[in-house]
Amino acid sequence: MSSTTLAPGEQERARTASGRRPGLTDRAKAERRLGWMLAGPAFAVMLLVTAYPILQAVYESLFDFRLTDPDNRSFTGLTNYWVILTDWIWWRSLLVTLLITVVTVAVELVLGFGLALVMHRALTTLRPIIRTAILIPYAIITVVSAFAWQYAFALDTGFVNPWLNLGAFNWFGSFSPSIVVICLSEIWKTTPFISLLLLAGLAQVSEDLQEAAKVDGATWWERLRKVTIPNMKAAIMVALLFRTLDAFRVFDNIFIMTNGANGTESVSFLAYRQTISRLEIGLGSAVSVLLFLCVVLISALFIKGFKVDLSQARGEK
Amino acid sequence: MDRQLSTRAKVGWALGGLAILVYALFPVAWIVSLSLKAPSDLSNQQFLPTRFSLENYREIFTGNASELFLSALRNSVGICLIATFISVVLAMFAAYAIARLEFPGKRLILSTALAVAIFPVISIVTPLFNLWRQIGLYDTWPGLIIPYLSLTLPISIWTLSAFFREIPWEMEQAAQVDGATNWQAFRKVIVPLAAPGVFTTAIISFFIAWNDFVYGISLTSTERARPVPAALAFFTGSSQFELPTGAISAAAVIVTIPVVVLILLFQRRIVAGLTNGAVKG
Repeated sequence: MSSTTLAPGEQERARTASGRRPGLTDRAKAERRLGWMLAGPAFAVMLLVTAYPILQAVYESLFDFRLTDPDNRSFTGLTNYWVILTDWIWWRSLLVTLLITVVTVAVELVLGFGLALVMHRALTTLRPIIRTAILIPYAIITVVSAFAWQYAFALDTGFVNPWLNLGAFNWFGSFSPSIVVICLSEIWKTTPFISLLLLAGLAQVSEDLQEAAKVDGATWWERLRKVTIPNMKAAIMVALLFRTLDAFRVFDNIFIMTNGANGTESVSFLAYRQTISRLEIGLGSAVSVLLFLCVVLISALFIKGFKVDLSQARGEK
Repeated sequence: MDRQLSTRAKVGWALGGLAILVYALFPVAWIVSLSLKAPSDLSNQQFLPTRFSLENYREIFTGNASELFLSALRNSVGICLIATFISVVLAMFAAYAIARLEFPGKRLILSTALAVAIFPVISIVTPLFNLWRQIGLYDTWPGLIIPYLSLTLPISIWTLSAFFREIPWEMEQAAQVDGATNWQAFRKVIVPLAAPGVFTTAIISFFIAWNDFVYGISLTSTERARPVPAALAFFTGSSQFELPTGAISAAAVIVTIPVVVLILLFQRRIVAGLTNGAVKG
C-alpha cells in the first residue's frame, strides 16, 4: 500500500496502534464485516469458476469414463495418468508447447523492449498515434490474427510466397514452417502487452541516473545494460511471468492454422481433443490436471527461482 | 522532451515510430484488403485486390453465411456485455473494500485474483463440458457467461483496485464539511472521480471476453449461443468448391471494428488501466 493514500480507517488504526493497545473496537469489527460483505461475492465467484472445476477434473481423471459409453464408468485410480505419461503424444505436445513458449517469449522480450524504448523516446506528438496503433494487435481477437497470418502464408491466398520468391512452398505442409507461422502470429499479437508493461517500467528509471552515467562517459549501450535494465528488473520479471504462462496455454492459433496437424499439437490442444472431440472425459481431465500442474510449477519457478515480487504485480507497494 | 535532441536523433526515433505503425497495422491492412477482394481475386496471391468488391460483406450480412454470422454476432455482443457488466459490478464492490477498508483476507483476495488470471482455461473447460451437459447449461448464454467471469473478474478486481487507490477519498469528507449530504458527496465528488476507472476496466474486460475462443467452441454446439470467434472456425464456402476465405475475412473485419473504435476513443485510459493493474511503482 502506498503510504500517501491512507484510508480513513487506516489512519485511525495507526493512531490507536501508537496509543493503548485495545482489542478490536466495534468500529473495526464492523469494518471487517463490511469488507467481506463487499469483497466476498467476487471472491466466491472466482473460487466457484476455477477451484470447483479443477477439483472436479481431479476427481474425473481417476475414472475410465467415455461420454459415448456412460454405463461403463469405472474407477481406475491413476491409470489415466500412467497412460498419458507413457505416451509419446503427451511428451511431444509438451515439447511443442515449451518450444513455442521459449521462442515467442524470448523474441517478444527483445522486440517489446525495442518498442518500449521507441515509445519512451518518441516525440510527444507521435506518442498517442503509436500508442493507438500498438493497442490494436493487443485487443484484436486471436482467431482473427490467426486467420490473417494463415491467409498471408497459405498456398492459394498468400502473398508471402510471391514476395519472397518461394514458389509453391507449403508453409503448413510440415512441422517447422507451421510452427514458424504460429509463432509469428503469437508474437505479433502479444508483443504490445509486454512492451506496454516494459514502457511503464522504463518510466520508473530515474533520468538523473541516466544523466550521471552520461556525464561519466558511459556509452548508450553501457547505460542500457548497467543503468536502465537493472533498474527495471521487477517490471521485466512480471512481464515475463505473465507472458510465459499465457504462451504456455497456446491454443487458438494452432486450432485455426494447423488443427494439430504435422505434430503441432500443444498441451491445451491435446486436452481439448481428448475431451471435446473424443469425449474421453477421464483421459481429458487427466491431461487438464497435468497442464494445471505445469502452470503451477512454472509460477513456482518464477516466484522462488527468480524472486519475482508479486506484490509489485498486485499494485501494492 | 526536456532535452535538446539532435536532428539526427529526432529522425531516428521518428523512423522507429513509423516502423511500429507498420508492424501494428500491416496484418490488419492485409485482412481488410482480403475482405474487399472479389471471389475471383481471392487466390491471386497479391496483397491488394485488382478490383474492389463488397461481395464478401454481402455474403455475411444477407447471403448464405448471414444466418451463422448474424446469430454469432448477437451472441457475442450479448454474452460479452453481460459478463463484463457482472464482473465490473462485483469487482467494484471488492475493489472499494480493498482500497478503503481494513480487513483480514485482503491479500488472499488479490492473490486469488492473480491465481485465477494465470489459470489454464482448458483445465476449466473439461469438467464444465460434462457438468453443463448434465444441468442443461450446455449451448446457452449463461453457460458461457459464467465461465467468462473467470476471464474478466480477476483483471477487473486488479485494475479497479489500482484505480481506486489513486482516488483522493478525503474529498468526500471535505464536501460533507462544506454542507453536502452523504448522497450528494458521493454523487458529486466520488462518482466523477471513480467513473473513468470503472469505464476503463469495463473496456479491458470486454476485450478479454470478446477474444475468447476456447469456451466458445467447447461449450456451444449451435447458433443458439456460439460466439463469433468460434463461428469463424465453422464457416464454409457457399458451395463446396468455394473457399470461405472471403466471408471469414469480412467477418473478421466486422468484429475488429468495435475494438478499433474503443481504442481510438480511449487509448490513453486503456494503457493506464493495463499498466496500473500489472506494474506499479
